[in-house]
Amino acid sequence: MKLELRGITKRFPGVVANDNVNLTLNTGEVLSLIGENGAGKSTLMSVLYGMYKPDEGDILLDGSPKVFTSPADAIAAGIGMVHQHFMLVPVFTVAENVVLGVEPTGALGKLHIDEARRMVREISDKYSLDLDPDAVIEDLPVGVQQRVEIVKVLLRDAKVVVFDEPTAVLTPSEIIEFFEIVKTLVSAGRGVVFITHKLKEALNIADRIAVLRRGKVVGEVDPKTATESQIAEMMVGRPVQLIVNKNSASAGDVVLKVTDLTVLDADGRKHVENVSFEVRAGEIVGVAGVQGNGQTELVEALTGLRKATGGTITLDGKDLTHSNPRERHQLGMAHIPEDRQRQGLVGGLSVAENLVLTRYHDDQFSHGVVVDWDAANAIADTLISEYDIRTPSKETGVGTLSGGNQQKVIVARELSRDLRLTIAAQPTRGVDVGSIEYIHSRIVKERDAGTAVLIVSTELEEVMALSDRLLVMYRGRVVAELDPKKSTPMEVGLYMAGSRPDSAVNA
Amino acid sequence: MKKLFNKVGERLNRVSSMKLTLLAVLSALIVGAFIIIVSDVDKLKNGDIVGAFSTVGSAYWALVVGSFGSLRAISNTINSSTPLILCGVSVAIAFKAGLFNIGATGQMLAGGMASLWVGFAMNGPGIIQVPLAVLAGAIGGAAFGAIPGILKARTGAHEVITTIMLNNMMAFFILWMLKTDLFQREDRTDPISKLVTAQGRLPRLFGFLDGRSDLVAHAGFLVALGAVAAYWWFLKKSTTGFEFRAYGLNADAATYAGMHVKRLTVLAMVFAGAVAGMAGAAEVLGTYGYASANFAGNIGFDAIAIALLGQSSPLGTLFAAILFGALQAGGRQMQANSDVPIDLIVVLRALIVMFIAAPLLVKSIWRTKSATISAGQTFRGWGS
Repeated sequence: MKLELRGITKRFPGVVANDNVNLTLNTGEVLSLIGENGAGKSTLMSVLYGMYKPDEGDILLDGSPKVFTSPADAIAAGIGMVHQHFMLVPVFTVAENVVLGVEPTGALGKLHIDEARRMVREISDKYSLDLDPDAVIEDLPVGVQQRVEIVKVLLRDAKVVVFDEPTAVLTPSEIIEFFEIVKTLVSAGRGVVFITHKLKEALNIADRIAVLRRGKVVGEVDPKTATESQIAEMMVGRPVQLIVNKNSASAGDVVLKVTDLTVLDADGRKHVENVSFEVRAGEIVGVAGVQGNGQTELVEALTGLRKATGGTITLDGKDLTHSNPRERHQLGMAHIPEDRQRQGLVGGLSVAENLVLTRYHDDQFSHGVVVDWDAANAIADTLISEYDIRTPSKETGVGTLSGGNQQKVIVARELSRDLRLTIAAQPTRGVDVGSIEYIHSRIVKERDAGTAVLIVSTELEEVMALSDRLLVMYRGRVVAELDPKKSTPMEVGLYMAGSRPDSAVNA
Repeated sequence: MKKLFNKVGERLNRVSSMKLTLLAVLSALIVGAFIIIVSDVDKLKNGDIVGAFSTVGSAYWALVVGSFGSLRAISNTINSSTPLILCGVSVAIAFKAGLFNIGATGQMLAGGMASLWVGFAMNGPGIIQVPLAVLAGAIGGAAFGAIPGILKARTGAHEVITTIMLNNMMAFFILWMLKTDLFQREDRTDPISKLVTAQGRLPRLFGFLDGRSDLVAHAGFLVALGAVAAYWWFLKKSTTGFEFRAYGLNADAATYAGMHVKRLTVLAMVFAGAVAGMAGAAEVLGTYGYASANFAGNIGFDAIAIALLGQSSPLGTLFAAILFGALQAGGRQMQANSDVPIDLIVVLRALIVMFIAAPLLVKSIWRTKSATISAGQTFRGWGS
């Protein structure tokens, strides 16, 4: 089968999300669709999957044009999609989830669960997915859940499988397994579209790479000959520095000292267990780990958003285990939160208002009960130009900016004052390549100015590149402290997955 | 040049959200006209279409004349609008902080009773007694508003539930209070209060026109305008107003930013209660001069519609309240002039709220291209 997108144009008010896009995909090959956030990758795939109607252009299957008015049409035509966020019922078993919507039923609608089990086992064996049909979804690791999604797609007989940022939630070893599965799919004669913003992965798995920028396909490259920096330049439209440029750290006094920190939630579940570490002035300490291993709760406890159940936290020797976020802020702690839309910004307020969101009460911006908006607007102008925030004006609602620019608003706000400690959680999640480069350089600059920096990120490459020391979290505990210069991603990945390599390298 | 362009763009966005509101009102009037025609059975039976349309014309004309057509009409509009403005601001403040204050009725009752007590028990010069009585109203309303605020902050009890329940409790509490010796008028057996002293009444706005005792508008309207101005200043200038806005739009971000959100919850309900309490004061000290069991009427609920219609902005709420007040004042004239019952006003208000709540419906009816209202939200998630 040959899938062809011809002249696809999709407009939203004020934006052209897809601009005359032409793509072809043959079964038996992997096409990687790469581009920054907002380049139009997901819109394009939503058009293909029948969720959006294109304003112009055609979708052709084996040369004949098709109109998809809903995902059901796309599925019927042999197109399957594995979304970034899985569409699974957590309390159902694998078999129940897989047959949801296409249940094999008998008289009076009785579900033939044995038949469902058999179907799962058959597909699982055929593509060596190693799935237990009776396992309950919520007990399964993310990588396995993804395979359930793949089985769902295969069961509906998809000839073309679209993966939307499939590796974002996987550990390094799960990524390797995932690539094996992709290869099996391709050799079984299916076509794969692999959407990503990670250059290495595209180069690794794709047969062809199409680069999207601002809604247009700006080029197609051959992964055998292309280089990372070449593709990055195509994505951003200018040359990009891909490696973090930094000198070795000159660590000073201990700034943050965490001793035996334990965090329980309301149900008594342990999220952080007896964690102890220090961060010194002028060094970057990274915390690596697969999402959901207690990093979120650790950061929330450090910043005062969650109660520490046990242990102590001190900043410059001052105990702030029980102080509130405002007090910690005033002691010189900056916090770049992991979820900028939920925590870091108020989408309905303007850029200027968001730039003082944590600082409006400082003497600089308020007199008694009155906010000094002149001062706030003045600093907004300064920060917008200094941090290169691309916004129509400082009065624009921050929610309308791109992800990268939203993140720059947070970084500008948090780093533009005298700091002792910066805690940055997922500082570049969902941020475009150009902004990543900039945010990284800002963080390194902050370190060089003598601030203690703690980086928490699930992007292994990012923490390894930024950190001077690396902690690995697994199930709420710090299971390793490593020197990122002397460790390989594979090694760190093993710790992240909970195993202990024999040749453990300790810093 | 680009900057100018964006400025204009933002201005247009705001205008088209106002346009949508106006279209909603227009849509409601059109549907209302249809209802008038359909309900005029006699004329329809005779096939008198022209007559039916003339009924609509005279009804709507009476609305206009009855609300703004004469000094008396304007005075009536002002009088009806006064408590609506104050309660509208009450609901709007709470909306800004992300809270749904259905309790304006109860807070109004509480404030009214507090100001009533000062109004009849104290016998001082008006220049002292009236402000004191209004202040008492604000305090009474604030105290009663604090209860759902504290319950929410401490236990998470939802304010929609608690304020509705507290409305009922206050209604019956007042029924009891009005039967006590302290409040009940000496010569009465029904629940009706003593009279506010003559100096304790809010002065009439048109009191300087001799012999026009029919102009009932009172200085409560100035209190209401003051409350709107204070609300505007609070939102634009004060640190707490900024905290309210941030908290209302994104509670998680407010917590992250170090705002004391529990304190904000209580404060928002206290402010809302204070303004609603002043509405009670205005009714008791201005309009009636005494309290009966349900002097709050439906005002607390109309206020929700008003705050929605005005999108919780100070000026929007003011205009929406005046519109509702004008409908009320004009409605009486309409009933007298054109046989169209005043109940049509209730229908019109309900239609306005419905059209406001369904912006997409209004857009599709009028085929406007303006895709604003919440452009930022609607398009989150495309791309990437």
